[in-house]
Amino acid sequence: MSKILARRSFITAGLATAAGASGLGAAVYFADRYGLIPPDHAGIVGVGETLTYATQRLLTSGHSLAREFKRSDISKVPVVNGPHPTDEKYLTLLADGFKDWRLSVEGLVARPVSFSLEELKRLPAESHITLHACEQGWSYIAEWTGVRLATVLDLAGTRPESRYVVFEPFANPNQSRTVVRVQWESIDMADALHPQTLLAYGMNGEALPADFGAPVRLRLGRQIGWKNTKYLSRIVLTDRRDFYRKGRGTWYGGI
Amino acid sequence: MISEASVEAAVKTTSAPRHIALVRVTHWIIVLSVIGLLVSGIGILISHPRLYWGETGNLGTPSLIDLPIPFIIGPSVWERPYHFFFAWILVLTGLTYVVGSFITHHFRRDLLPAKADLRWNRIVAVVSEHLNAKRTRARSASPTGRSLNRSAQPQDAKRKSDSGQPQDAKRKRDSAQPQEWEQPADAASTYNVVQRLTYLAVVFGLFPAILWTGLAMSFGVTSVFPILATALGGHQSARTLHFVCVVLLLLFVIVHILMVYLAGFWRSVRAMITGYVPQGGKAR
Repeated sequence: MSKILARRSFITAGLATAAGASGLGAAVYFADRYGLIPPDHAGIVGVGETLTYATQRLLTSGHSLAREFKRSDISKVPVVNGPHPTDEKYLTLLADGFKDWRLSVEGLVARPVSFSLEELKRLPAESHITLHACEQGWSYIAEWTGVRLATVLDLAGTRPESRYVVFEPFANPNQSRTVVRVQWESIDMADALHPQTLLAYGMNGEALPADFGAPVRLRLGRQIGWKNTKYLSRIVLTDRRDFYRKGRGTWYGGI
Repeated sequence: MISEASVEAAVKTTSAPRHIALVRVTHWIIVLSVIGLLVSGIGILISHPRLYWGETGNLGTPSLIDLPIPFIIGPSVWERPYHFFFAWILVLTGLTYVVGSFITHHFRRDLLPAKADLRWNRIVAVVSEHLNAKRTRARSASPTGRSLNRSAQPQDAKRKSDSGQPQDAKRKRDSAQPQEWEQPADAASTYNVVQRLTYLAVVFGLFPAILWTGLAMSFGVTSVFPILATALGGHQSARTLHFVCVVLLLLFVIVHILMVYLAGFWRSVRAMITGYVPQGGKAR
């Protein structure tokens, strides 16, 4: 190889490396600024998760709607994935029609509030017939009725620094402490304010059955099954990145 | 001492590698990512080894395929992030390969079949030639892939002489020079029509189909492009077709490795690593 050619390829390689490095730096800066980096971005698989989340958030930036179905598409046999809690507190509430149950909304909000089931039902209700699919492979279609999470967050007054909404279910003392801890879920503001994101209290025209998350569960149109937290008791708004469910799988469930 | 022949071989070697660097590098990255995708994909599959058609499906609903393996629920949770990690590597490497192959004319030069070869009798001839060569080889117990390559030579030369395609210009140039540096150079340095069609089908058919059926299972993606799922018949159909496409890819991989073995395993593998077919007697 001639000297000139060697020098030229050396300069080209140097320029390409510099351009690549500064391009990557700029990409990370803008991705972070526009909220395209998920909480679980660390580690080797974090690279894939970040690419998936950033790509999908750019694609879905216009509040794209999940597919909805006809009433005749509703599955005859919806899937019970794990029965309801069996501790005394939950069973008492269940027997009582959840009269004493309250859902609190806390954290980065102007006015922490809590709602009874009746109060939630008095807020504007809507229904969506959507697909519920599990990462394992099974799926069913059901009609979900409830109030938009965006409506509830509006009433509490979301502070602008909020980045994630954390959903806490009833603790189930029959399960180990670690399992209860990992039942927390969190979503970003894009999905929290999405028009198909419901606090659902009705399923297929009836009250939400206990095994499907009574009294109220989260229903996300654009995320996989396990993100749809059942048996809600507390909603917390936060800007903390480490406030997500660790110890299993990944954070973003748009898949 | 440097012999005249070795100088000529070296000159030829630097000017025309068997596989260009783009093909070699992307080939092995894709091999690794496909292995990662297979392992993690099986981990996801065994958590529910039943396949359905339409949008929905579960135990208690009719299935299309019941795989005879037990339900093992744990791994899907752990494997899925790895599946996506390797999927990103595959997609980005695959894109690099496709774009780079258009730029370097790899598709046009190495994979696009000559028009004259796109006839059934030609395709059948190539297949039967291969089968015969293998049988002859097995009988003569030759340890190298030489006999196979040599027997394929007349066929190849015939094709070149009567097809006036532009991509044949380079091959004509090659064949005009004597191939003293490597005996079966002609057959070893070009793909036959069956190979060309198969590689094109894998690159432009199978891999895109695997990607499509995978994306069709994503709620985020189908909220923007619902047709990705509806065109396939629904969420579960996409899952089933994802499985079927991977089975087809595995069939390709098995035949591919078998062919590499028959052509001389280490010889072919070295060519795909270094770019050059090793010379001399130690073919394997």
